[in-house]
Amino acid sequence: MFEALFGRLTWDSIILVQEFEDPNLNTFITAGAAAMLPVGGALVVALLFWMKWWKPLFEWLTSVDHKKIGTMYIIFAVIMLFRGVVEGILMRVNQAVGLNGGFLSSDHFNQLFTTHGTNMIFFVAMPFLIGLINIVVPLQIGARDVAFPKLNQISLGLTAVGGFLIMISLLVGEFSTGGWTGYPSFTGRLINPGVGPDYYILSIGIAGLGSTLTGVNFAVTIYKMRAAGMSFMRMPLFTWTALCTSILLIFAMPPLTACCLMLGLDRYLGFHFFTNDMGGNLMNYINLFWMFGHPEVYILILPAFGVMSEIAATFSGKRLYGYVGLVAATMCIAVLSFMVWLHHFFTMGQSTTVNAAFGIATLLIAIPTGVKIYDWLATLWGGRVRFTTPMLYLCGFFVLFAIGGLSGVILANPTLDYQLHNSLFLVAHFHNVIIPGTLFGVLAGIYYWFPKIYGFRLLDGYSRITAFLWAFGFILAFLPLYQVGMMGMTRRTVAYENPALVPWMVVSGIGALFLGLAFTFVLLTLWRSVVNRKKLMVPFGDPWDGRTLEWWTPAPTPEWNFAVLPKVDGRDAFTEAKAKGTAYQPIEKYEDIEMPANTYYGLIIAALGSGLGFGLVWYMWWLAIICFLGCIVTVITYAFLPERKKIIPAAEVREIDETWRRAARESRGVTRDDECNEANQGLARPDIITNP
Amino acid sequence: MIDPPSTLAIAESFLQPMGPVAAEQLRHLKLVTLLTMIAVVPVLVATPLILWRYRRSKPTGKYRPNWESNRVLESLMWGVPILVVTLMGVSLWNMTFRLDPYKELGKDPLQIHVIGLDWKWIFIYPDEGVALVDELVVPEGRAVELTLTTDTVMQSLRISAIVGQIYAMPAMTTKLNFLAARQGEATGMNTQFTGNGFWKQKFQVFSVSQEEYEARMKKVQASDLALTADTYALLAVQGTAEEAKKSLNIEDRRGPIEMVLGDSKIFQRVLARYMVEDMTPESQPGSPSYDPAKSPLPAAPEKPMMDMKM
Repeated sequence: MFEALFGRLTWDSIILVQEFEDPNLNTFITAGAAAMLPVGGALVVALLFWMKWWKPLFEWLTSVDHKKIGTMYIIFAVIMLFRGVVEGILMRVNQAVGLNGGFLSSDHFNQLFTTHGTNMIFFVAMPFLIGLINIVVPLQIGARDVAFPKLNQISLGLTAVGGFLIMISLLVGEFSTGGWTGYPSFTGRLINPGVGPDYYILSIGIAGLGSTLTGVNFAVTIYKMRAAGMSFMRMPLFTWTALCTSILLIFAMPPLTACCLMLGLDRYLGFHFFTNDMGGNLMNYINLFWMFGHPEVYILILPAFGVMSEIAATFSGKRLYGYVGLVAATMCIAVLSFMVWLHHFFTMGQSTTVNAAFGIATLLIAIPTGVKIYDWLATLWGGRVRFTTPMLYLCGFFVLFAIGGLSGVILANPTLDYQLHNSLFLVAHFHNVIIPGTLFGVLAGIYYWFPKIYGFRLLDGYSRITAFLWAFGFILAFLPLYQVGMMGMTRRTVAYENPALVPWMVVSGIGALFLGLAFTFVLLTLWRSVVNRKKLMVPFGDPWDGRTLEWWTPAPTPEWNFAVLPKVDGRDAFTEAKAKGTAYQPIEKYEDIEMPANTYYGLIIAALGSGLGFGLVWYMWWLAIICFLGCIVTVITYAFLPERKKIIPAAEVREIDETWRRAARESRGVTRDDECNEANQGLARPDIITNP
Repeated sequence: MIDPPSTLAIAESFLQPMGPVAAEQLRHLKLVTLLTMIAVVPVLVATPLILWRYRRSKPTGKYRPNWESNRVLESLMWGVPILVVTLMGVSLWNMTFRLDPYKELGKDPLQIHVIGLDWKWIFIYPDEGVALVDELVVPEGRAVELTLTTDTVMQSLRISAIVGQIYAMPAMTTKLNFLAARQGEATGMNTQFTGNGFWKQKFQVFSVSQEEYEARMKKVQASDLALTADTYALLAVQGTAEEAKKSLNIEDRRGPIEMVLGDSKIFQRVLARYMVEDMTPESQPGSPSYDPAKSPLPAAPEKPMMDMKM
């Protein structure tokens, strides 16, 4: 009876019980982490009762507003980033003292690097970028929402299911130890019969489905919902990168779903896709995984490139250099990203010709990437560069990403990959592109667009310190890993025996602590800014003298984004309107606006998906079956329900929009000198610039 | 290019190459780094210069807010990376073929069969009729060809100071050719994560003179321990070589496990097991319920199995 109800879940599976039975440092750390879930959950619930936030919470969770969904993606990513950073620090500090064994047990360390990688890629980097795309793209193309708002909610729900599974594995059972790539036969049924790999497959499999849907949603949004006059070659660069990312998501996520499904069939039903015996072959998994995995790298970096493009133009007060080149380079990268997956396993024993061909294909990617960096530098040339926080991230990106590019080119050589594959050199390389690339891009983007959505700027001083801490921490933590990698140290080792490595690992450990401090400063910046928000308000909505459509609305942006859908006749439409003085002219005719109403669809799918995942992991078949059928019934039911709309009357829109336009015409605004002062109300006055 | 054997230290990586493959890899690394610098250095130099020249607080360059294209600059931006990548592509192509791990580095290379286990390596010398665990002895200056497989999960064998790595996979063989140009000691290891004992899965590589090599082989040939299906099943239990000594009842012996080759077909039999058997948790080495008594090896196939080379 117990088994029918709880499957293979036993009392001992709960981590807190293990700490009680076998107290030591490792179980203490895991129990501490596990305890954060119930304790944190209880605190959140208490806070919700105390502040009476239940209603606004459900208002948010059922919302289909792209800005709210984007925000929820980013909040989710920050929570997961907290876990990822703590795991990273634990691993780096363990290795700093890891000569012949650190303080972590091998099994604990193995789970740490697996969850760190899985978490950071799927539940930090992707939600961060998808969140930004959600917030910005509809505004940039002059639309009121995405093409499929309810689908958008489901994507978020499915991502949350993945996050739920990886989080609950802290409390109940264990996560996989097979690394974020999860290669069989290590993760196969015979070698690893526990729940770990099942948690892994289900969390990334279900979340991956959500990402595919996001790709479809944004590709359609960008194809179909652009403002009148916005041809493809007038789209802002961030939208271009979002389009390429969406296309990559559509084509790259299905191989991941397929290989998770096939590994699942191996594990649950005794199939032989990737087993050692009966004609199974692990090489097929590795190929499928990297057919997803390599485009994934560009899914992570392209939107960050988009942010960098916007920042470079805005904060040097100048048109973007080489727009056509940047678009071409982005498309080149997107196409080439599907042609290089084999460079993740040059060492598998395939023929030399295959290796050489894929090596050269990989080198080719360096061309458009290099062009992009030169284009951004040329954008600054002839500009008037303001050293704001996003600009600091951009400068750090220029220098540090160039190093990451160098190590990437090195690894593209099969000959060198034979030495450096699986080493810490590789770990240094991908952190070198993901931290100065993706993370810097995301943080710069959040600082840049934050006032647009929430109505107030982030505090400048705190943000600058944060930027420096990230850069400094990154340099200390990861540049030494290049050296130890060349000295022969492999990734994923809990300990090592070569004393020559110790000084480098100590520096790296200190760097990790700085990265922890940098994360603390992200939260601190947010907290201090919320407290001081009255002084940071930018109600006119254009705090940075922006160039593209998203700045042409009040801040915080109303739910309907644009009172009247804008018409576009150039690339930097808003800049041109400001130059002609027509930006805030009154509009004669307002119409009723129809917006999609709130729905519980995504929430229901998320709850059922979580039940399905948890039931499958623990063999609670009744739960899995009920939840699976529930999902199907929900989808069918919602398909037949009539579309519910919310009508916002023209009078209300007119009221808000006219007030904003009138105030903007009557105010003087500030020049860029006062950009980071309290005087900045979000209205840009034309700068008087004298040439030397 | 190859360092003289001045120090007694163990060569840990290709930064102290002991053979032509590692030495060429190090040279290629330097070449690639230099070539890439052609594209990278301008960024590193231009970034601070441009920021300084066009800083808003006190600019010295002219403001050109609408400047967005320049044909000369554009062709340089695309041209320089294309040139650099072309040069690198040629050298990549040549080096990939020159250092193909399947290419023999001399006539009649010394054949060694390697079986990867959790967490140890068995090196079988079929011509000498011996096997060593976690120690590889090769004569200086003689070409060597390893043929690898595993009897558990995928592993990757690398002797960084001499040669790069190659995956070893169950039911398949891969090859790794190398040559140690001087005498000395190097560290070899598995670089592919395989579980709790992974970090201990290292072995010593000795490059010795021909006489020393022969003497060493004679000594091993006199060992009272034989590598048969039975002792092999014990070695396949998860654990390091030191831990395996317990189950072989040779705890008191120092140094690597030395065995005569009791079954000359053992490598082929290990390969064959995944072709003919439906593995169970008890018969699969590396599984938590692996039981040496319930893990019989099948007979060797009549024809040796083919390489996986495509």
